[in-house]
Amino acid sequence: MRRKGAGKTLVFLHGAGGGSSWLPFMETLSHSYDVIVPEHPGYGASSDPDWLERVEDLAYFYLDFLKAFDLTDVHLMGLSLGGWIAAELAIRDTSCLASLILVDAAGNFVEGAESVDIFLITPEERFRAIYYDQGLALSEMKRLMTPENADTAVKNNFTTAKLAWQPRAYNPSMLKWLKRIELPTLVIWGANDRAFGPEYADSYQALIPGAEKVIIPECGHVPNVEKPEEFIAAVNDFIGRVAT
Amino acid sequence: MKFFNFHLMPYADVDLDAIKKNGTAWISFSNSNFDPLKGAKLYNRYLDELEYSDQLGFDGVVVNEHHQTAYGLMPVPAVLAGALSRSVKKGKIGVLGRALPLVNNPLTIAEEYAILDTITEGRLIAGFVRGIGAEYHSMGINPAHSKDRFNEAHDLIIRAWTEPGPFEFVGKHYHFKYVNPWPLPYQKPHPPIWVPSQGSKDTIEWAARMKYTYCQTLSPIKSVAKVFDGYRAAAEKFGYIASPDQLAWSMSMFIAETDEKAREMAKPHIEALVNQLLSIPIQMLLPPGYTSPESLKKIAESGVVGHHKTIDNLIEEGVVIIGSPETAREKLEEFSELAGFGNILVKTQFGTMLTEMARENIEAIAREILPKFQN
Repeated sequence: MRRKGAGKTLVFLHGAGGGSSWLPFMETLSHSYDVIVPEHPGYGASSDPDWLERVEDLAYFYLDFLKAFDLTDVHLMGLSLGGWIAAELAIRDTSCLASLILVDAAGNFVEGAESVDIFLITPEERFRAIYYDQGLALSEMKRLMTPENADTAVKNNFTTAKLAWQPRAYNPSMLKWLKRIELPTLVIWGANDRAFGPEYADSYQALIPGAEKVIIPECGHVPNVEKPEEFIAAVNDFIGRVAT
Repeated sequence: MKFFNFHLMPYADVDLDAIKKNGTAWISFSNSNFDPLKGAKLYNRYLDELEYSDQLGFDGVVVNEHHQTAYGLMPVPAVLAGALSRSVKKGKIGVLGRALPLVNNPLTIAEEYAILDTITEGRLIAGFVRGIGAEYHSMGINPAHSKDRFNEAHDLIIRAWTEPGPFEFVGKHYHFKYVNPWPLPYQKPHPPIWVPSQGSKDTIEWAARMKYTYCQTLSPIKSVAKVFDGYRAAAEKFGYIASPDQLAWSMSMFIAETDEKAREMAKPHIEALVNQLLSIPIQMLLPPGYTSPESLKKIAESGVVGHHKTIDNLIEEGVVIIGSPETAREKLEEFSELAGFGNILVKTQFGTMLTEMARENIEAIAREILPKFQN
């Protein structure tokens, strides 16, 4: 787990790519917030516990995590798989939360919307599918696909398959309970997300009462990396308005 | 040695350029390339070929299971085995299949096999496999659960065959209130179980411990020998000497008058099998969780997947035996001494090979090879 900054508590739940590094957008957020970035069980250096079978297990894990670190009034932000975990958590218990921010979140299903099969494409195709800017896709691939990262990549991929293979990256029984989330909620999405097309943002907004939505143009699946300025502006604006 | 005619039932009329263009004959290769009129001819000629080998004295016939691919047209192998169960009069019928983890109710497999074993009055060989990684894409089963589901399904089927029902089966992936299948298998305690694999250490040890016949497929003869040594060593560890009957080598054989002629005739078909029909990208073949992260990494680093092979490579490495009757006999003698197997699963038809050629090959093997090697 990494933690830096001061101010309102912001917990970031990472996506399927893992949460091993402190990224520039986290650094920027840490200028305004107490930023906490845990690494999910089954990812990176974390262990692969027997109890970890589905995303709901991680929701309960993080409810316990918030309690153990005595975190309250938490702004809970989840990217992709992390967004799915955050949504599962929020339908169960919002008592420690101040707001929910779903960033290109998995967990949902929209028939007919674009959704590449990340398990059936090559690593290069995967990077290309994640970013709108193909130059950035290749430079991120160069930066991340190193021999030192190979073991972690295999492990992360394994845990993602375990959690998301079938049904592919969503939980049908979560969707009907999203209406329970009585919490200021922001849905942030890359307009050109090919993992979960922007219809997914519409769907999340429709399913969570009162949810707001920000679509970032010319942006793929990870706006926090691809369009950090727009992303952080949207986060600051939202938290500034909803925080008590 | 026992000889089985092992059919893959490929879509032999396939447009090889279309596979090349698509990059693989699996999952993403559109079934708009399948013509049911051609399919009808293929199924019937393939069943005829298997029946013919029974008539010519092979010890049995074998079918297998793959899904959503031009590589083989037997997603439900029991249908083919059922068709053969009344026409193959003497030999055994092996199903290598069934991929246990791919079904949500393995009792259906216990039932299928029991029917086949009963109709044939005990001539079924029951294969238990995990299925290759590609099947987990096409069947929507989580590859991370593959090994667990295989083990549970295996226990369920064996118990269903050997314990009086009804009883309750409680597993993590399978839980049935009532296990009480009718019919039960004809053979007691149950049909012989064969386990084909690509040489996974765990599978070899497990098969040796259970005394199941282990079958190595599509490998150079030196690796086959190494794998079989592993089985024999494991058997010793479990306190017994493994018999050659417990080992099966799966290969392709083609015989013509001379080595040159055999090579020339077999070349396009064996190369179509290995380089087109079998071409599978690694992410399709080895989905995450199907193998342990350690072995996945090893395979990815070794680069063994997807190498283009010529017929000369395949002959030299002893993946196949292709040549004159004399060469074929010499090689089989040599390979059987090296690897010590008691069963040989011969693909007499492979790739795009037409039926006349396949039938002549079956005749040649029956005439030139069987008499010298068959027990």
